[in-house]
Amino acid sequence: MAVTERTLTVGETAGAILCGAFALAAVIIAGLTHHAGYSFHMLVFAAAGAWGCFTIINRAFDGVGGIEPLEIDGKPNYNMAPVKFATVAAMFWGIAGFTVGLLIALQLAFPAFNLDLPWTNFGRMRPLHTSAVIFAFGGNVLLATSFYVVQKTSRARLAGNLSPWFVVLGYNLFIVIAGTGYLLGITQGKEYAEPEWYADLFLTIVWVTYLLVFLATLWRRKEPHIYVANWFYLGFIVTIAVLHLGNNAAIPVSILSPKSYIVWSGVQDAMFQWWYGHNAVGFFLTAGFLAIMYYFVPKRAERPVYSYRLSIVHFWSLIFLYIWAGPHHLHYTALPDWAQTLGMTFSIMLWMPSWGGMINGMLTLAGAWDKLRTDPVLRMMVVSLAFYGMSTFEGPLMSIKAVNSLSHYTDWTIGHVHSGALGWVGYISFGAIYCLVPWLWKKERLYSLKMVEWHFWVSTIGIVLYISAMWVSGIMQGLMWRAYTSLGFLEYSFVETTAAMHPYYVIRAMGGGLFLAGALIMAFNLWMTVRGHQRLEELQVGSPTIVPAE
Amino acid sequence: MTAVTTQPKPRKSLWARHKIFETHSIVLILGILIVVSIGGLIEIAPLFYLQSTIEKVSGMRPYTPLELAGRAIYVREGCYNCHSQMIRPLRDEVERYGHFSLAAESMYDKPFQWGSKRTGPDLARVGGKYSDEWQLRHLINPRSLVPQSIMPGYPFLAQTELRYADIATELRVNRASGVPYSDEMIANAESDLRTQTDPDSSTATAFAARYPKAEIRKFNGSAKEITEADALIAYLQVLGTLVDFKLYDNKANLR
Repeated sequence: MAVTERTLTVGETAGAILCGAFALAAVIIAGLTHHAGYSFHMLVFAAAGAWGCFTIINRAFDGVGGIEPLEIDGKPNYNMAPVKFATVAAMFWGIAGFTVGLLIALQLAFPAFNLDLPWTNFGRMRPLHTSAVIFAFGGNVLLATSFYVVQKTSRARLAGNLSPWFVVLGYNLFIVIAGTGYLLGITQGKEYAEPEWYADLFLTIVWVTYLLVFLATLWRRKEPHIYVANWFYLGFIVTIAVLHLGNNAAIPVSILSPKSYIVWSGVQDAMFQWWYGHNAVGFFLTAGFLAIMYYFVPKRAERPVYSYRLSIVHFWSLIFLYIWAGPHHLHYTALPDWAQTLGMTFSIMLWMPSWGGMINGMLTLAGAWDKLRTDPVLRMMVVSLAFYGMSTFEGPLMSIKAVNSLSHYTDWTIGHVHSGALGWVGYISFGAIYCLVPWLWKKERLYSLKMVEWHFWVSTIGIVLYISAMWVSGIMQGLMWRAYTSLGFLEYSFVETTAAMHPYYVIRAMGGGLFLAGALIMAFNLWMTVRGHQRLEELQVGSPTIVPAE
Repeated sequence: MTAVTTQPKPRKSLWARHKIFETHSIVLILGILIVVSIGGLIEIAPLFYLQSTIEKVSGMRPYTPLELAGRAIYVREGCYNCHSQMIRPLRDEVERYGHFSLAAESMYDKPFQWGSKRTGPDLARVGGKYSDEWQLRHLINPRSLVPQSIMPGYPFLAQTELRYADIATELRVNRASGVPYSDEMIANAESDLRTQTDPDSSTATAFAARYPKAEIRKFNGSAKEITEADALIAYLQVLGTLVDFKLYDNKANLR
């Protein structure tokens, strides 16, 4: 095939110059700083910038890329390559994040796993786990599905030529910087917002580009109405931007130092943190994944969304109420009581829109319930809604101050988070990825639905072990802390309560191990699917011909 | 001339009015921004102007340079993942850890380290509870002192020299967002850091005047140079010790 050179487009020229300038600036900082970890990060930035600059120009020399037609033969010319990248990245980070989770679970059961090294202790690994599963796994699932759904529901090609690639690659570069930073001891010490100022700034640029690509694609839509899933994606993208900017307002010590100080302090910083932290749950892990529900559940069940009006009420009430709930993380602390009471009140109210959304998703199956028996992918998504319902009932319960006085600071919180994270976010993501992979790689069906069955049962047992162990250990520890002897003395020393946790920590690690095993089965199944294999299975259940969605 | 009969238009239902959000992405975004701003504004903004948010107490001062460096190590190692610094006003907590925490006690904390999980005990008032020697041995190998502990060992802290070339700038950055470090404190930051580990130093008196109640001693007694363990132990030893609760008037701060 003859290679035909082409000239760079305006966007490509700008992109190449920006990448080059970015690389140059990063090299200069890397050379001047005395902090080894920061220097390493700047070299990673520089390498990424140089690679970006080279790749953009090289594509032009090879005559690939450039301006693609919006339509071919009257059909939208969808841009699915960034979606494929984010899907693979999600699977990769998912397995990495679950593995680190298993490791830190083992560290709590057997402290020798800490190895007493700086890079491997629990304090540095735990943020690595939370960021890897929330932002790396969850984030890539959201990038992949949002870019897929916005194209399909708008019947339009993704806006931009380089910008969608900048979003997915830039986001994953941010993940690498954040994760390696924790291990090197670079953190600003705010839960779920650990990355330092330069990573935060870079993420801001990526995120604004993400919003613009998403919006510009919506502007190309052939349908007059914006589909409900896209409202939720927009709510998620816009609100996360606001939260990120508010919670990470910081002054760097210098441009040559990775360290910064947050401008807020003490009680105000605590309120900002949990306004951010709870809404990372509310908008990243809920609104974003509800968007997945609103597209993938109806698509897989081949039924329309149960109620259009319920989805309107669901959307506005959910985003309005969620933002108030942060102070329930600060019950009985030095945060003023009025703020705690507001947080508790709105958390209880939040139960309603949460269940409204769950009902809307569940009842979408009306008339198709039989598919649960035959289609394990659909079953996974429906069970995710059941877990969503369960954890959004448990959440308001735990936000009641009297309950919270027992549950706070204990493993009950960890169990609650994981019933939402493994059950809801994990399963709806797995369901979406099982749908997406055959669609994206244009395969008739998955390699094996039996393996999906195995994945489902192995990980469900894992989740049940995990959350029940944490319920028992959390409530037990809470009760032990407040136990008094008949003479009116505290009955247990702190370390006695720690020792009592041990068996439950072992069970929790087993649960986590099973969940990881399920994900490995999934990865193998998807790999074989992409390779184009189909396992001969006696009863090919579900919809035997899953055609790529038009 | 034709007579125009004005028929009252049928009222559009609220559901139909929602169409404007579904057909205009910018209107939708503005709607989202307004709806998500309300709760945050109402809960956060008053904390900056309501006088009662932070109690009036005597004794609070900014961290000494050494304590601030130790705090940075506390943050770096992610201690907040397992230790809270927030004693709640509940009977068992007050008996186990001491007076419940006041907002004033963390007013110079950037970021706050109240924590969210007690895999280990609360540290809000750990200052003075154990000796430096105990803290050092416990950091090196927690199970040598508390056999059932599941805390990781941090033997490297006692072997790593503390880096504090930026310390004056760090004080200045803290001051830029509200911590009352004086010019004198910033000018003397580096020497103050060294002074705090050297009671025989000629600058000890001046240092003690700048930072009342600061402990001046070699916290990591086994090392010659200033180590990360020195800084971390200095920080741990000051936690919860600044406010004098014999003088604290609880009634004056009813919220």
